[in-house]
Amino acid sequence: MGEYFHSVTLDRDKCRGCTNCIKRCPTEAIRVREGKARIFEERCVDCGECIRACPNHAKSAHTDRLERLADFAYTVALPAPSFFGQFRRTSTPEQVVRALLAVGFDDVYEVPAAASAISWAVRSYMRRGGYRRPLISSACPAVIRLIQVRFPSLLDHIVPIESPMELAGKLARERAMRRTGLPADRVGVFFITPCAAKVTAVKQPVGRTKSCVDGAISMSEVYGLAVKRLDTASADRPLQMATGSGIRWGRAGGESAEIGEGELLAVDGIHNVITVLTEVEKGRLADVDFLEAQACVGGCIGGPLVPENPFVARANIKAMAEAVDARPMPYTEEELLRLEADGAFSMERRIPPRPVMKLDEDMARALAKVELLEQTVASLPNLDCGSCGSPSCRALAEDIVRGLAVETDCVFKLRERVRDLAAEMKELAEKLPPSMEPEEAKSTALAQGDAPPAERMVSSP
Amino acid sequence: MLEETKDPVLTLAFDIRGRDFKASGEASGRIKRALEQVGFDWSVIRRAAVVLYEAEMNIVIHAWRGVLSAEISPSRVVIKAEDEGPGIPDIELAMKEGFSTAPAEIREMGFGAGMGLPNIKRYSDSMDIRTEVGKGTCLVAVIEAARAARGDGGPDDVQGRVGDPESP
Repeated sequence: MGEYFHSVTLDRDKCRGCTNCIKRCPTEAIRVREGKARIFEERCVDCGECIRACPNHAKSAHTDRLERLADFAYTVALPAPSFFGQFRRTSTPEQVVRALLAVGFDDVYEVPAAASAISWAVRSYMRRGGYRRPLISSACPAVIRLIQVRFPSLLDHIVPIESPMELAGKLARERAMRRTGLPADRVGVFFITPCAAKVTAVKQPVGRTKSCVDGAISMSEVYGLAVKRLDTASADRPLQMATGSGIRWGRAGGESAEIGEGELLAVDGIHNVITVLTEVEKGRLADVDFLEAQACVGGCIGGPLVPENPFVARANIKAMAEAVDARPMPYTEEELLRLEADGAFSMERRIPPRPVMKLDEDMARALAKVELLEQTVASLPNLDCGSCGSPSCRALAEDIVRGLAVETDCVFKLRERVRDLAAEMKELAEKLPPSMEPEEAKSTALAQGDAPPAERMVSSP
Repeated sequence: MLEETKDPVLTLAFDIRGRDFKASGEASGRIKRALEQVGFDWSVIRRAAVVLYEAEMNIVIHAWRGVLSAEISPSRVVIKAEDEGPGIPDIELAMKEGFSTAPAEIREMGFGAGMGLPNIKRYSDSMDIRTEVGKGTCLVAVIEAARAARGDGGPDDVQGRVGDPESP
């Protein structure tokens, strides 16, 4: 592991060196070299597009295993809102929470409950005004990292409020410590994650120095165990506390729906997010107050670690949410005001940029490289075939300028060179030593002022 | 235009066709990318992005054809939008926020809000327009890289962020 931790990893044995992933990567972070994909760490945002794109399932997300629960005296599960979308409409949120206890957790703290508190905090932040419009949601870690890498000028649009997962982690640990009297480090708080980006957000958070969450376990893994335990005997008192609007955060549009104030815009799917952020950069969306942006199509239910079909999950979310719509907010106004005053919602630090675009530390040299890059692009076939291992001709040109590739990595350029060489060889092959040349040819050559053959050989490129 | 000839200059130029909304934004996007690759401060890139886009859209919306170019040097970016088009009969009026001569069908597409020239003026350090009615318009906007520290990073000015002491 280098400077950056990444959940998205490559199984070299399974990788066949095809071009599917390099083409889908939104930050052009993957190249194929020596027959295998290679990920540029500083560019990868852990969005998981390559996991979806790989036909050989060579890309996967590194997550924490359930065995890690044994490292703690008391464990709390933090189900993401999307987790509730994995169960058929015949089950209830209460059953889902109980099933997690049956899986082996000591307690459950619903992230959708914390999400409702975050919605309150975002509304409060918006009412105070004085922010760059549009505010961009901080909930999706892949989008945050995308902004770090590709849109650093928009970093100060990100609402400086923590994600529901972080708040849930903090509140879950505090509750567990109160209930058990255990010290903080004996309580294990585990997020049930729909995606790789959240794993990275736990291991290497951007808005704080250390995550409030101890680990992230794949939703697919937990789902398999929980679905068999939905009918475990009901306990004496209800445990489930999230309301419908918190659970709806699991699908695209749910977050802005719960914020419910001001001009709202929701976009999902990382390539769509890029188009909208480009509009923000041009200054075209300054009339929007809040932008919900999620890397996965459909929102978190479309995450790469989600077992259920996202369209089915969307219907499930609707039913689950409606079942608890009548529930009161999980926190009182007083509690929320106290949390706000304590700084529980705020990010600890500004999110730094990840400047990966510049071609050279020295601007004059970088300028020369841009010029060379433009010339190189113009000389390439611009078919974006990917055979060179770079996602596009422009990306290859950039790699060439950076010294990571050479022009003949392009199969068309290579063929051109081979053809030229072959023509030259053919030409040379037809030449005869002067001693063997017929009189006629010799005189023609001299008449045309050609150099003797031996010299021509030397001067050829 | 560039008196300090020691500064290396890279010129990027793109042909723009009037009413070609499908390709609109491509030229300004390409130039913006180059500015990122050169390594300008983000506030410079942000301001240039707005100026480039508005200048490109002015050609797309109003002119028949034109060229969007940028002379890039480490100290400044000179953005030029030269077009063959109807020209601007009254520049003063065109500079007013909200004034637009864009036809209804273009406004229906969400363009022509009358903010183009005002935004270009606002986000550049100097701006010059030469125009001839019936012939065309040449707009030159300069963004000084040295003035990056002034903190005006983009198209949505704030009056200081609340609760964020580290804000520039």
